[in-house]
Amino acid sequence: MFESLSDRLEGAFKVLTGEHRLTELNIAESVKEIRRALVAADVNYKIAKEFTDKVKEKALGTENLLKAVKPGELMVKIVRDELVELMGGEAADFNVKGKPAVVLIAGLQGSGKTTFSGKLANFLKTKQKKTPLLVACDVYRPAAINQLGVIGEQIGVPVYKDLDSKNPVEIALKGIQHAKDHNLDVVIVDTAGRLSVDTEMMDEIARIKGAVLPNETLFVVDSMTGQDAVNTAKAFNDVIDYNGVVLTKLDGDTRGGAALSIKYTVGKPIKFVSTGEKMDTLDVFHPDRLATRILGMGDIVSFVEKAQEQFDEAEAQRLEKKIRKNKFDFNDFLSQINQIKKMGDLKSLMGMIPGMSKITKDLDINNDAFKKVEAIIFSMTPDERNNPDLIDIRRKKRIAGGCGHDLNEINAFMKQFDQMRKMMHKMSKMPGMSDSKPKSKLKLKRR
Amino acid sequence: MSFFSKLFSREKKEDLDKGMEKTKTSLFGKISKAIAGKSKVDEEVLDELESVLISSDVGLETTVKIIERIEARIARDKYLQVSELQAILRDEIVQLLAENNTTDVEDFLPDQGQKPYVILVVGVNGVGKTTTIGKLAWQLKQQGKKVVLGAGDTFRAAAVDQLKIWSERVGCDFYSKGMNTDPAAVAYETVQYALEHQCDVAIIDTAGRLHTKSHLMQELSKIKRSVGKKLEGAPHEVLLVLDATTGQNAFEQAKHFTDATDVSALALTKLDGTAKGGVAIGISDQFKVPIKFIGMGEGIHQLQVFNKKIFVESLFD
Repeated sequence: MFESLSDRLEGAFKVLTGEHRLTELNIAESVKEIRRALVAADVNYKIAKEFTDKVKEKALGTENLLKAVKPGELMVKIVRDELVELMGGEAADFNVKGKPAVVLIAGLQGSGKTTFSGKLANFLKTKQKKTPLLVACDVYRPAAINQLGVIGEQIGVPVYKDLDSKNPVEIALKGIQHAKDHNLDVVIVDTAGRLSVDTEMMDEIARIKGAVLPNETLFVVDSMTGQDAVNTAKAFNDVIDYNGVVLTKLDGDTRGGAALSIKYTVGKPIKFVSTGEKMDTLDVFHPDRLATRILGMGDIVSFVEKAQEQFDEAEAQRLEKKIRKNKFDFNDFLSQINQIKKMGDLKSLMGMIPGMSKITKDLDINNDAFKKVEAIIFSMTPDERNNPDLIDIRRKKRIAGGCGHDLNEINAFMKQFDQMRKMMHKMSKMPGMSDSKPKSKLKLKRR
Repeated sequence: MSFFSKLFSREKKEDLDKGMEKTKTSLFGKISKAIAGKSKVDEEVLDELESVLISSDVGLETTVKIIERIEARIARDKYLQVSELQAILRDEIVQLLAENNTTDVEDFLPDQGQKPYVILVVGVNGVGKTTTIGKLAWQLKQQGKKVVLGAGDTFRAAAVDQLKIWSERVGCDFYSKGMNTDPAAVAYETVQYALEHQCDVAIIDTAGRLHTKSHLMQELSKIKRSVGKKLEGAPHEVLLVLDATTGQNAFEQAKHFTDATDVSALALTKLDGTAKGGVAIGISDQFKVPIKFIGMGEGIHQLQVFNKKIFVESLFD
């Protein structure tokens, strides 16, 4: 049911294959498909329309210039470049000058404000050597203040809270005073989630802003948001005139078209992206990456990063040693499989490799792909797992019985494992391999 | 209509109407703008209608379906007055939703006699799982049921506290093993607690998780299995909570969560914001799993049983 964006675009550009240049007619056809694709990626309908009109203009302008290039490819380039330009612009800096600097956090319910507040505090503390203070102004949601307290403890950042007060303006001001008294640099004011149609609550956030006079006001938005992103972003902008946007939950498989809509509507820069529940998963924004993501063109950078995220230096060195000594065993193999699995859904991982999404679309790759291998290994004794050479025909028969696969399959697997082991051993002896650990590790993973 | 009035007390209908007002005004504002100065439904009007439906978050697939149905009707009737468009649109949406054989539920709890009736609540981060649980528990409590809430979100900071506060507001039982404990064990023991204390309903909270994290989805399958180990046939309901502001990703979420836990019902939250009621139409059309509850506000009583027909009607009249 859910056709991926790259498929749609491929469909759109198929219209152009065989055509030697872009003409008004073939552009119009592909532009319609691009528009639909953008809408499917949650880009606002009106914006998608305006955007594609612009693309169309550009494409027509280049009509005679680039006859040598394939029109389909040219079209992709135009779309991508336009996206990058739209979402990028000048690099947005983050102003935490002043003593104390104040950062105000606002957004809808469940967009991830509190988690982001914690991440930002952690970021300022570890990357910029600041001394942040978190201020808990969500007096409405049950346990919201506790939540910030726990997060503060986790990252070693003080949290100002006032459980007796129900007045967020007052709490925020007291928090700033607390920072002054304790000589802290940056005050991060976490506020309650609110709907943009709730005039009372919107009035409250305006009053908080008026009282604390923040250096930075950040609007936190869930990257999975749909068509409504435009209205919400605009409503918040009208009331608090924020100067930056934070995109959360980008570690899912959303295309993040909402980001484009927001940028287009309010023109405010996206300052941070947030990609996980751990406190160190905060990133600065890369417009080019989001552009390829919206277009579903694969995101090799994110793929490598995902691999690195799971990469464990000590474990890698241990493995490397084992491989060099030709001692790679089934336990190591299992831990490798687990690492790959931790990286997430296999199919979406493959989709990140440019060009692969087409191939994987019809393949039924699921995370059961390793099930058979795991079953076989789990049917081995600890001794056998540590020492693959131990396994003779008698043992193979037992393993086959244990895992429910027949002997041929066991034999095939053992053979594959043996070949892999030999190959890895050979590779490890190649010059230059030992000092490039992350790379060799990556090769293992993508085997 | 007495059947509906029983379901839909006046107060609830008002909530729904109020919540839908935004969607309604924008949907109808847009439609009337689209058809201004026209007498006949033509290609241009349909194009405009398409854009109106999509920007109301109905979704691409469902929008195309609705447009095609109206086109077919035009082909059949030869001529269609613009003034008829709204009525026809409503008709077609109601019919389209009726084709997807999910039956509307009638009450917060099915009358099936399982005791305890175990509900496992799942969803991505920040959709409103815990709030939905609190509201649902309140409704059940109003019906005189004995309810226990199981604090299965042992991961997110202060999640256990949050659920505990809800249990106190509602005045129902609460079972927890604290933070950072094994959620499968919490689920198992919540059912055990429900059995020992003759609870009518056990509602188990789980940590929000993105559907793309396969190890977390496996954890969810495990939680579900462990519930089944304690009580055969449980959980009787796996409730997936979806945020109405979510765009097309909602469909991916439903798919992955269903793979992991056989989702049996949906709750759609945050329907009281700006124009996003349309998403309920898309979801009712595309999913085989019925929407059972809708969240219409922050108040403890603002959870409703979803009825497709009434919902569409509230969009139109």
